[in-house]
Amino acid sequence: MSAKTLYDKLWESHLVRSDEDGTALIYIDRHLLHEVTSPQAFEGLRLAGRKPWRAGANLATPDHNVPTTDRAGGVAAIADPISRTQVETLDVNCREFAIAEFEMLDHRQGIVHVVGPEQGATLPGMTVVCGDSHTSTHGAVGALAFGIGTSEVEHVLATQCLIQKKSKAMLIRVEGETGAGVTAKDIVLAVIGRIGTAGGTGYAIEFAGSAIEALSIEGRLTLCNMAIEAGARAGFVAVDDKTIDYVKGRPYAPAGENRERAVAYWRTLHTDEGAEFDTVVTLDAAAIKPQVTWGTSPEMVAGIDQPVPDPANESDSVKAEGMSRALDYMGLEAGTPISEIKLDKVFIGSCTNSRIEDLRAAARIAEGRRVAETVKLALVVPGSGLVKAQAEAEGLDRIFIDAGFEWREPGCSMCLAMNADRLEPGERCASTSNRNFEGRQGQGGRTHLVSPAMAAAAAVSGCFVDITALN
Amino acid sequence: MEKFETFTGIVCPLDRSNVDTDAIIPKQFLKSIKRSGFGPNLFDEWRYLDHGEPGMDNRKRAVNPDFVLNDPRYQGAQILLARKNFGCGSSREHAPWALADYGFRVIVAPSFADIFFSNCFKNGLLPIVLEEEIIDRLFRLASEGRALEIGVDLQAQRLFPGDEEIPFEVDPFRKHCLLNGLDDIGLTLQQVDAIRAYEARRKSEAPWLFC
Repeated sequence: MSAKTLYDKLWESHLVRSDEDGTALIYIDRHLLHEVTSPQAFEGLRLAGRKPWRAGANLATPDHNVPTTDRAGGVAAIADPISRTQVETLDVNCREFAIAEFEMLDHRQGIVHVVGPEQGATLPGMTVVCGDSHTSTHGAVGALAFGIGTSEVEHVLATQCLIQKKSKAMLIRVEGETGAGVTAKDIVLAVIGRIGTAGGTGYAIEFAGSAIEALSIEGRLTLCNMAIEAGARAGFVAVDDKTIDYVKGRPYAPAGENRERAVAYWRTLHTDEGAEFDTVVTLDAAAIKPQVTWGTSPEMVAGIDQPVPDPANESDSVKAEGMSRALDYMGLEAGTPISEIKLDKVFIGSCTNSRIEDLRAAARIAEGRRVAETVKLALVVPGSGLVKAQAEAEGLDRIFIDAGFEWREPGCSMCLAMNADRLEPGERCASTSNRNFEGRQGQGGRTHLVSPAMAAAAAVSGCFVDITALN
Repeated sequence: MEKFETFTGIVCPLDRSNVDTDAIIPKQFLKSIKRSGFGPNLFDEWRYLDHGEPGMDNRKRAVNPDFVLNDPRYQGAQILLARKNFGCGSSREHAPWALADYGFRVIVAPSFADIFFSNCFKNGLLPIVLEEEIIDRLFRLASEGRALEIGVDLQAQRLFPGDEEIPFEVDPFRKHCLLNGLDDIGLTLQQVDAIRAYEARRKSEAPWLFC
């Protein structure tokens, strides 16, 4: 038998059928749903008189529109009537079609990409989809996970399958030890800076190498989360002991005899020796500095010790034009040291960085310090109700509140500003989220993507700082 | 879905790379639970001078005269000419819904983001990938003087700018679905036996997936 990549194994084990031209029908093990991309899909089912193929394969939770402030009034108290309708519609649809949902007031509610792994609803070897591009997150546990559009959400609901073509395989190896203060977020931003936001288009990315093996599962979730920002629909990491330990005991994970069988299978979920990739990229972990984006695309990124780059030094004219437009939007001058950029707001949260380890890292910096007077708002939004409870049990909420941060209820919040949390025009934000596109965090808002530690450091310093100096 | 017929349409040149789905349709318009009505808010932040919210009367808003979609030459455009990595970012199908609702039927670019590319076909939109050199030439033709009109023949896989003929590639299955207006779900449900057989086999190998 020829040597296989992890991607080959995940793909082949889900093949229902395939045609000569490579068009394949693949089976989906887990479908996650939220309120923004599902209403039109449920409506489609209703219009066609169809039922979910396997209701038990679905799990839903509202996240994009939910308020992060007091929820005592329940869904009925969501101030924006259109947001409220969307959350209510999800509740109604899940009840009608018998789909499990963690509703807004359920203590397990949260960002769908935090909830899935936390519940063991995403497991090694699964295919996982969701109407959300950051579904690549779940690849961290050795799953094939990718985002889909609403037509495909309806397709999965109706058939438990998707029509797909196999992607090309890319291996990104990050070898060596990372320096102090360098996290999974910095690694993935450095990867995107290297290959570009379209570098992974048409590929499924396997992340490997000693620096990846050294990451916790939560770090790998951050890493795979941003595979899509490099253009790849799916990113994943091979199963190891950390994966198997992580999954153990979670509500949806197998137990007893089933677990033994599952573990034996999960141990096969790695790339075989000698298997070939279409593209291999290697990075030296030791060379990665804490990263800060300076532009309006995640590939516009630099190390904390670098200046904002000059478009005049770029030979590609389309690229130079894009850089100039980005600097203009961001209100930055070429040559300004990254460490001199001053912030108005700070956001710690999102499906990229809102898990307990992220909050611990931010709290370590915040402890005993105060949010700078020039920073108008510093928000901490945990990824789920369970993360929030854990953080409170550890006293992290007190550390943040004492330092002047706001401690909020779980949801997507200011990552995409569909709820009330947003930037005003011209405001500059250090954000642990995943996209720095124009208007993403509010019209005219300026986003700098960073790690949780860097965001906390920016909050207490008022500007970006080399976090190794703060520890 | 409607069948994709041969047509000739005006080309609107949007000269920016990495146009993301947040730019195509900003998030405040994602709160709708319908599939239609997104056209007036396509490229909202670039197209209007004020901040758009759902429920506004868009006809009364001040438009940005410098944005290409507002150029009188390109009114009624059905073909969007774009730069690399068009449609990057979120998986929101609201992006192709907005483009189609506005009246676009074809998008021509040197490259597209994967999810957006796939979403287009589900909504009768044809994304066409052409080499950078050809795209550069089309940008020149579309931006100089009068608007450029291009004929699109999906069956023959050809674009016709003037007397010229530009061939393009398209996945045979997606082409078949577009030309015949086929619904993917109906096609997949013809494979019920294969899906059931897969489930039975998988259940015996990996029972924990079916708990």
